[in-house]
Amino acid sequence: MNQNYSTVAQRSSSAIATNKVLRSTYMLLSLTLLFSGLTAALSMFMNMPPMTYMISVIGGMVIAMFVLPRFANSSAGIGIVFLITGMLGFGLGPILSMYASLPNGGNIITLSLGGTGVIFMGLSAYALATRKDFSFLGGFLMVGFLLVLLAALANIFLQIPAMSLMISAVVIMIMSGFILYDTSRIIHGGETNYVLATIGLYMTIFNIFISLLQILGIMGNDD
Amino acid sequence: MDWMEIVSALALVMFIIVLLPATRDMMRNSSKGTSADWMSLVIPAAVVFLFIMLLVKLV
Repeated sequence: MNQNYSTVAQRSSSAIATNKVLRSTYMLLSLTLLFSGLTAALSMFMNMPPMTYMISVIGGMVIAMFVLPRFANSSAGIGIVFLITGMLGFGLGPILSMYASLPNGGNIITLSLGGTGVIFMGLSAYALATRKDFSFLGGFLMVGFLLVLLAALANIFLQIPAMSLMISAVVIMIMSGFILYDTSRIIHGGETNYVLATIGLYMTIFNIFISLLQILGIMGNDD
Repeated sequence: MDWMEIVSALALVMFIIVLLPATRDMMRNSSKGTSADWMSLVIPAAVVFLFIMLLVKLV
């Protein structure tokens, strides 16, 4: 009997911890997305050159890969997350300015933003409602992501528009998989650090948004 | 080829090199999905694909 109580208590405390990670992740994610929006608006206002995007993305990724893991368990980790997301948002400024100058640019940006929100919320809701364990996706998604990076590298030299369209579509599918994988990891206790969980989900949202912009930008301009 | 493309290419090569060991590790250690697991992925993937097609039609 005591053993039963103990098991129930353990499960309940584990569920509380999981909910706490999930709540903290979504709270930090909302704040970082707002902050990115602000830095993107600032970058548009300052009329930054296109190379800002490349510098911000490379800088943000380097900090996310090499600096953030060292500080993820301290309060400095939150500051670093804001630094990364602020940089990525700032890099978005010139891209948004470029799309805004297209004939139906406002429509493309609005649809990309709305589409990203719908995909993220839909897939998160699916993972949360089904509570399915998507941990089996890990290796598959990483291999897919590496292949996409290789294809993107090849397309820098080949410059084939259809290939960049295909890469964007595949990136959206892979990032969709990462939303399921990351959310499922939080639900099942595989990710207990909300700072790392936030940056993972933020990157998926960022990549889906950029890829949607590219797809809608190419498809929405017939001339 | 301008300097931005060269820097982008170098950055991609760096990311690939950094991600390679983690990918190999995940391939070895991640659990293998059953056919039912993979089938549970078909519905969300199809919905996302159709949704992108809808967005393309709307733009």
